Amino acid sequence: MPGKLKAKIVAGRHLPVMDRASDLTDAFVEVKFGNTTFKTDVYPKSLNPQWNSEWFKFEVDDEDLQDEPLQITVLDHDTYSANDAIGKVYIDIDPLLSCEAATVISGWLPIYDTIHGIRGEINVVVKVDLFNDLNRFRQSSCGVKFFCTTSIPRCYRAALVHGFVEELVVNEDPEYQWIDRIRTPRASNEARQRLISLMSGELQRKIGLKVLEMGGNAVVGYLQCFDLEGESGLVVRAIGTACTLDKLIPGTESKETLPSSSSPPPFSPSKPCSRQSSSSDTDLSLTPKMGKTPPPSSPFLTLYFFSDPVYFQEFPFFTLTCFPPGFLVHIGGVVSARSVKLLDRIHNPDEPETRDAWWEEIRQEIKSHAKALGCHAVVGYSESTTICEEVCILSASGTAAMLNPRFMREGCLDAGGSEHSCGFCHIPYDEFNMPFPAQLTYCYHCRRQKVPDVLFTTIDLPAEAAVTGKGCLIQARLCRTKKKAQGEVNATAISNLLPFMEYELHTQLMNKLKLRCMNALFGLRIQISVGENMLLGLASATGVYLSALPAPGGIQITGKTPSDLSYDQHISTMQKRINDTIAMNKELYNIHPLECIEEVVGSPIPDRQRSRLFRSTSESSDELSELDLSHGKKDAFVLEIDDTDAVEDIQSLLTDAPMPAGFYSCNTEVMPGIYNWTSGLQMFTSVRVYRLSNANLTNQGLNKIFTDLCENLLKSLYFKLRSMIPCCLCHLNFTVAVPEEELIQVRRHTPKHTSPILYIFPKNILVRSGENEEQLQFSMELFSSSERCSPLPEVRSRSLRSTRSLPCGAPVTVVKMTPLSFLPRTRIVKYLGIINMFFIRETTSLREEGGVSGFLHSFIAEVFAMVRAHVAALGGNAVVSYSMKECVFMENPNKNQAQCLINVSGDAVIFVRESDQEAIPPLIMSGQPSTTGADGTT
Amino acid sequence: MVWGMFPCHTLGPLIPVEQRLNAIPCRFYAPKNSGCSEGKGVPDPVRTNAKMSVELDVFVGNTTIMDEEVYQFWLDGYTVNDAVKVRMEGGVLEECEASAEVLRSDTMDQYRTFQMCERLLHSPAKLANQLLFQIPPHRQAMLIERYYTFDGLFVREVLGKKLSKGTKKDLDDVSAKTGVTLKSCRRQFDNFKRVFKVVEELKGPLVENIRQHFLLSDKLARDYAAIVFFANNRFETGKKKLHYLTFQDFAFCAGQLISNWTVGALDNMVEDMDVDLEKEFLQDLKELKILITDKDLLDQHKSLVCTALRGKTKAFNEMEANFKNLSRGLVNIAAKLTNTKDVRDFFIDLVEKFIEPCRSDKWTAGDMRLYLTHYTNSAHILDTFKHQVVWDRYMGVIKSCILKMYHD
Repeated sequence: MPGKLKAKIVAGRHLPVMDRASDLTDAFVEVKFGNTTFKTDVYPKSLNPQWNSEWFKFEVDDEDLQDEPLQITVLDHDTYSANDAIGKVYIDIDPLLSCEAATVISGWLPIYDTIHGIRGEINVVVKVDLFNDLNRFRQSSCGVKFFCTTSIPRCYRAALVHGFVEELVVNEDPEYQWIDRIRTPRASNEARQRLISLMSGELQRKIGLKVLEMGGNAVVGYLQCFDLEGESGLVVRAIGTACTLDKLIPGTESKETLPSSSSPPPFSPSKPCSRQSSSSDTDLSLTPKMGKTPPPSSPFLTLYFFSDPVYFQEFPFFTLTCFPPGFLVHIGGVVSARSVKLLDRIHNPDEPETRDAWWEEIRQEIKSHAKALGCHAVVGYSESTTICEEVCILSASGTAAMLNPRFMREGCLDAGGSEHSCGFCHIPYDEFNMPFPAQLTYCYHCRRQKVPDVLFTTIDLPAEAAVTGKGCLIQARLCRTKKKAQGEVNATAISNLLPFMEYELHTQLMNKLKLRCMNALFGLRIQISVGENMLLGLASATGVYLSALPAPGGIQITGKTPSDLSYDQHISTMQKRINDTIAMNKELYNIHPLECIEEVVGSPIPDRQRSRLFRSTSESSDELSELDLSHGKKDAFVLEIDDTDAVEDIQSLLTDAPMPAGFYSCNTEVMPGIYNWTSGLQMFTSVRVYRLSNANLTNQGLNKIFTDLCENLLKSLYFKLRSMIPCCLCHLNFTVAVPEEELIQVRRHTPKHTSPILYIFPKNILVRSGENEEQLQFSMELFSSSERCSPLPEVRSRSLRSTRSLPCGAPVTVVKMTPLSFLPRTRIVKYLGIINMFFIRETTSLREEGGVSGFLHSFIAEVFAMVRAHVAALGGNAVVSYSMKECVFMENPNKNQAQCLINVSGDAVIFVRESDQEAIPPLIMSGQPSTTGADGTT
Repeated sequence: MVWGMFPCHTLGPLIPVEQRLNAIPCRFYAPKNSGCSEGKGVPDPVRTNAKMSVELDVFVGNTTIMDEEVYQFWLDGYTVNDAVKVRMEGGVLEECEASAEVLRSDTMDQYRTFQMCERLLHSPAKLANQLLFQIPPHRQAMLIERYYTFDGLFVREVLGKKLSKGTKKDLDDVSAKTGVTLKSCRRQFDNFKRVFKVVEELKGPLVENIRQHFLLSDKLARDYAAIVFFANNRFETGKKKLHYLTFQDFAFCAGQLISNWTVGALDNMVEDMDVDLEKEFLQDLKELKILITDKDLLDQHKSLVCTALRGKTKAFNEMEANFKNLSRGLVNIAAKLTNTKDVRDFFIDLVEKFIEPCRSDKWTAGDMRLYLTHYTNSAHILDTFKHQVVWDRYMGVIKSCILKMYHD
């Protein structure tokens, strides 16, 4: 059944000069959808043409509407030669296909050329008339809403959560087709952009179909990725969580708008999904190759499972990271699986079967790991790949968890709000048959159930969790050299290294956690990237002290050869340094767990607990005065120094520079322990590329360099943002890559350059200026009187000013971008649709554009500009859950060339400021001088 | 299209199709040149560590963040290295426990941002509706205002000169003389030229035009009006005798001239605008000559002024003795203004014919005010003098100019 797509070209502005003789341009526009093309008249001799065209109407299948982008090309008319393209605009019309999202796309959109970047803007209006289609065999899935947000979107209520959906499509990469040898770079880039746009449209449509089949109407936590496999093809794959969402009537949700107290509406995953599990292969015959591999689970829990609808799903995975209180019953721990594959071994590269099978395998492994942890579901699930020539590592990770079966049977329950609970900390597995060695104690909160000594998860901190002190970003960085090899040998070498890397990352995380006196990690994200002669591992997480878990013991160092006196001395000085650091960190993160223990002193505590409690009292009293090695000897984390490696490890433990005062950082959505956010936020992307000038480095040497790089990067962020103090870097998301370098033979001639490059992208950093604790007390006054120094009213004054438009021309709508799923102190009133954009930029005049930095800087700025423009055209004023998924950069300075690919995604939304009484009369505000240099607004 | 018809900022080498043949698909994987230069003002990053070097370092915010201090360094034409040095001495490092590397990377980032913004700053109205940088309005205003702010020392050197390529070539001398970096000199000069070119073709009041087209503050718009006015009329300001005058003195005088002696002064909707002096008025000024050519009138004028001044100032004797000379000086300046050459010498004439004699007689500023007031007013009492309106229009400006210029 058809739909009617209508487009109107209104005007252009700031067009480039295409005719040197007159310094003007004779522009016209081609509007193309599918195979139909319309043209506007030529608007002669103007850089600001006014076409005011008629409505161009396309009558098309809704299947095409979902797959195809609307393609607008601006050209310069030439009487004697071929017309020159000025640039293109691709418009994804998907947001217009859902009745609840945007209704029209209208506004100024940047005209983009893959060689020249943004070249002026064009004003277009696009509408869609959709006819209802009740055909049950239809191929389209119009109306299914997509959200990148990994929690239930703010203005919706989840009626049902159906479960995991995934899809994968493959195509030949235009960059590797024979035709690429004769076409221009521009044509090749455009072919690629268009193809990926088509493929992601198709992917969304197919996932939509699956959702409809399951009875849902939306996909939450939609995660789409590209694998540029090179010769073997281009893969676009996506995972998500199918849900049935009900729109909340405005006003009813207003009670839970404060970010601190807000939690997504309760949802009730129920009913086995209609998608039948193909083979109920719950036998764990698949022997996992790597990953944290706990022994197979005890059959003890199986009975419990049978009453549980989640159990019947083929993959009981949830890409969500944030849940309503009470939904998570227990958390088992992080499960991950990796698999090394050779891309040149794919039999029919153009078909998705092989890759489907690969992922299937990995998912089965994850599922079995979760089972081993006594859990029936995996939450915070994500998948990723890293490719180096023909070797591809597929990774998946998530958090094994028990979900509340009561929730599922009885449907939607309004769980008891913000009350702290400790249930999710309790172990889901059998105490006497533990999957891995852990020290269990009784929960410090309820004193009834057992809890582990540490908890690692990939999800956000649950709202009901009681936390002591503040959280902080914890990173483990690891670099391993690897011999250069080809094919199978290479793959074997890599897969042999992987478990060791994971183990070492785990140890590092554990040590750093102890050093900060914390006992849980949230938002854990482990990235392993392969280079030609090295492997990189980077694990980031947010450490917190969960009140329900036992206090971590200290770190104790023992030497193996106690005979040597100077050696002993060395060890004891090191021990002292570690103890000092722990004490300092306790102060820094405000971790004083005693308080919460005291308040439950009256409750019956088992003897073992009591002794422990008393010990910790004494521990804290003398922690500063003397070096007391006896404290926590029983549960202290013992590090044995038996060789120089271990010494290095400890050294590196202590080299993590402390954060400057006034800064907080985390990689989760909310910073544990800080609740008073202002609405001022700023999102950044930073990219660094380093060249190692000597590849013959040892593991330790590389580790040191890698750690320094990460530390330097953080330092430079702190420096840049110093004017925003107090502020918190949230959702700090690091990505590393070791780009492949081909042409080995050439590089041999110049051994100086046989070096890998490290890319580090700390992407999507969000900086939120938050008041610190001291200022919290004044926050009440803040609302009534316009406080001078606080960033809050200042920000508002700015936005007021910006809406009061300059006399000349229409002002550009301010569009905020944030990797968070919400904007603090605001209310999201409408989701306008998913933003999923892919850009390629290439240059053949690298030096003239300011070198690689200049090139990438302007490209990223352009991408931001295009995202903002599209959001504004949809009628939105913010992008939430924004992320830069892909940023691939290649250069060839000898040829003065560079190319970069960027993929961004997010949810376009309309937000309003939280309440009217907060708004301070504009007259007062505009008279106020802006005091600080803090750029609060985004 | 024809090869080479790209806008200049995107002009790059055009690669013929054939050349790509053997470059694909690995056109980006090739050995790196050790000296891959960064081109265009942003120098190569210094290799700070023996084992690694930063190839690329970029930081982009959704809201473009700019450090006002670094912006000033950039405007002042500091190189990245110099700016880093100055910032280090300024003590930012101690404040934030950052290393020199961090500072360098930050400075480079900012410089890049400014370079990208520069194109927009050339037509400030674009800054408000461009999409590339999201800059809060008050920041935009700051960027523009600072970009168009100029050095008093520098502008004194080019004031009244033709804003031509020739003058631009001599900027290195100006730079050496004033101590303003050549880069900064060029920016300022180009600003003058740009404003001049834009307002040249516009109707209506000069200051208002500048303010609207360049979104400048009132004060800065007035200063630019003065610069445009001086450049257009080519007033001589470089003679040694005029060296003691600051730009602000001249700007004030220009303001007076613009608002009183130009066509726009009477009717601001007139076709022609504020840049040229009104021809008719200059012609009328010739009539004032009667004040010095008619002996009776001159004596009468002198006695009226002297009567009014007697006993009111210590310099009375000198005033009485010099009256005829001074009056001749002022009236002659008026009479000659139809001549373009003499218009150019307007300020030098004022100084030579009037200010210098008075200064050598040690008149105070008060004396000067007193004298000029009575000198102007007394002419009204002269019954044979019929050109009161022209006289007032002339003397009003002359009086305020001289008062402004009468200092050491």
